[in-house]
Amino acid sequence: MTDAPLLDVENLWVKFRTRTGVFDAVRGISFTLGKERLGIVGESGSGKSMTGRAVLRLIRPPGLIEADRLAVHGEDILSLPDKRMRQLRGGRVSMIMQDPKFSLNPVMTVGQQLIEALCAHEKVSRSEARKRTLDMLDEVAIRDPKRVYDLYPHEVSGGMGQRIMIAMMLLPNPEILIADEPTSALDVSVQLQVLDIIDTLVRDRGMGLMFISHDLNLVAKFCDRIVIMYAGRIVETCKASELRNAQHPYTQGLLNAVPDLEHPRDHLEVLKRDPAWRDAPSVSARI
Amino acid sequence: MTDTTHGEGRHTPSFPPWLKTTLTTLATVAATILGLLFVTFMIGRVMPIDPVLAVIGERATQEQYDQTFRDLGLDQPLLVQFWIYVTDVLQGDFGKSIRTGQEVTTDIARVFPATLELATLGTLFGVVLGVPLGVIAAVRRGSWIDQLARFVGLIGYSMPIFWLGLVGLLVFYGILGWVAGPGRLGIFYQGIVEPITGMILVDSALRGEWAVFRNAFSHIILPASLLGYYSLAYISRMTRSFMLEQLGSEYVTTARVKGLSEWQVVWGHAFRNIRIQLVTVIALAYANLLEGSVLTEIIFAWPGLGQYITTSLLANDMNSVLGGTIVIGTIFVGINIFSDLLYRFFDPRAK
Repeated sequence: MTDAPLLDVENLWVKFRTRTGVFDAVRGISFTLGKERLGIVGESGSGKSMTGRAVLRLIRPPGLIEADRLAVHGEDILSLPDKRMRQLRGGRVSMIMQDPKFSLNPVMTVGQQLIEALCAHEKVSRSEARKRTLDMLDEVAIRDPKRVYDLYPHEVSGGMGQRIMIAMMLLPNPEILIADEPTSALDVSVQLQVLDIIDTLVRDRGMGLMFISHDLNLVAKFCDRIVIMYAGRIVETCKASELRNAQHPYTQGLLNAVPDLEHPRDHLEVLKRDPAWRDAPSVSARI
Repeated sequence: MTDTTHGEGRHTPSFPPWLKTTLTTLATVAATILGLLFVTFMIGRVMPIDPVLAVIGERATQEQYDQTFRDLGLDQPLLVQFWIYVTDVLQGDFGKSIRTGQEVTTDIARVFPATLELATLGTLFGVVLGVPLGVIAAVRRGSWIDQLARFVGLIGYSMPIFWLGLVGLLVFYGILGWVAGPGRLGIFYQGIVEPITGMILVDSALRGEWAVFRNAFSHIILPASLLGYYSLAYISRMTRSFMLEQLGSEYVTTARVKGLSEWQVVWGHAFRNIRIQLVTVIALAYANLLEGSVLTEIIFAWPGLGQYITTSLLANDMNSVLGGTIVIGTIFVGINIFSDLLYRFFDPRAK
C-alpha cells in the first residue's frame, strides 16, 4: 500500500455558471484526510456541503468542479470514467445526508434500499444479501431488524431513519464516509446516540470521516481535526484540542458567540465579518 | 364526548378496515351517480322541447296528447317523476331513441365499442410514447430532446384537431395512400366478422380473421394516432414536470451516492415516485377520449359515442342525449375509482 492519504484535495473549485456570470461556491481549498475524523465547519453558504458533494462528483450541471488534485487513495477521480466513478461512489466513498425523511425513497422498503446499496458493489446471493443487511441493521442498534426490514421509511422515526441511512451507506464497506449535517434534523435526545454509532463504526473499520457541520461545539468534541470554512475558502485548520487557541478572527468570533453553561457570560458577542477575510490566505499551513 | 383514546370508551362498531374502505367507496359512488341522474333529469325537464310532441308528432289530437302526457307520468309531481326516472335508468331503461327508433341502450351498445376501441388505442399511443419522452426531457433538461418535447407539446396544444385530421387524411390517405380512409372498415370486409365485443380489432383477432384485422387497423391507425398525439402532448408535459420535481429531491442524490447507474436512478427511484400522479393524468386523458372526440369522429366518419350524442342533440332526441350523458358520467366515476385503487397499490403511505 502506498502512503497516499485516503483523500487528497488540492486547489478545489466548485463553480456555477449563471446568467450574470460565474459564481464560485468553493474557491481553491486544499486539505487531506487520513484515517481520522475531520470536521468541516462553516456558516450557511460557506461551501462546506459543496466540498462534500464535489468529492463524490455529485455537482450537477451547470455546476462545475475544478481541482489541481482530487484523489482517493492516490487515484485521481476527476478523470475517472462514469462507470469507474459509480464503483467509487458507495463502494469507497459514501455519504450520509441531513434528513432521513427526504433522503430515503418513500415508496421502497428499508430492506429493498439496503440490498440495492450492497448489490451495486458486490455480487451476492439473495439470502446472503438479506443476512448481511439484517446484521448491518443490528450493528446500528436497531432492535428488531427483521421487522424494520419490511417497513417503509414513513413508518420509522427520524433517529431510526438516520441509523438505517448509516447502515445503508456502510454496507459495501467504504473507506471514506462523508457525513453532511447528519444530526441537524434529529431530536437532541437521539443526536448523541446517532453520533455514537457513527463514531464506533468508523473507528472499528478504520475509515476516514468527513464530518460537515455548523455546530462548532459538537465538532470540537467529536473530531480530531477541524477545518473552518468561510465564503468558499478554508480560513483556518487546527487540531480539535487546540481550537481554543485558534488565531483567525473569524474562528475566535465563532467561539465567542457560543454560550457556555459552566462559565456563563454576561453577553454573547455578535460576529463581525470582515470582507477582507474573503481573500486573505489561510492562517495555518496545511497539516 | 367519549374519550376515544382508550379502547373501552369507543362505541362505534369496529369494522375491518377493508370493509370500511369498500363501504365508503360504494357510498361515494352511489351519491355521485344519484347526483348525475338528478342533473340529467333536470336538463331533460328544462330543455325547451315538449317530450309529448316528440313522441306523438305535431298532428296528433288533443286526446292523444293528454293520454301520452299521463302515460309519460308528466302529470305527477316532479319528485315522483324523478323517482320513476331513477328506477327506469337503474333497470337499464333509458327509453327509446326518436331518431333511430331503437332502445337507447341498444344504440349505445352499438356506438360505444367504436369509441372504446379508438380511445384505448389513442391512449396507448400517448402513454407508450409520451411517458418516455417526458422522462427523457426531464433527465436531459435543456437538451435538444427537451426542446423537441416542448415543440411537440406546443403543437398538440395549439393545433385544432379537425385541421390536423383533414391534413392527415389528405397526406396519408389521399396522396401517399398508406392508410385507409374514413370509416371503421372497408365495404368489402363488412359483415364477415360476427361481433363479440363490438370492437372490430378485438373481434377479428379472436375469430382469426386477419385480413379483416389488417383492414380495420389501417382504418383506425390515423384517427388513433391523431388522438394519441393529443394525449401524448399532455402526458409528456405532465411526466416531465413530475420527474423534474422528483429528480431534485434528496433520495435521488442518495441513490447516486450508492453508486447506482443513471438508468436505475431515473427509472428505479424517481419514476417509482411519479407513478401515482401519472395514473391520475393517464386516467383523465383516457376518460376524455372515451367521452368521444366529436370532431375526430365526424372527420373520420367514425360511428362512435361522441358523434351519436351530437347528432341526437341536433335532432332534439333527448332520451339518447341523456342516456349517453349517463354512460359517460358512469365511466368517469369508474375510472376515478380505478385510479384510487391503483393509488393504494403504488403508494405505501396510502394504505
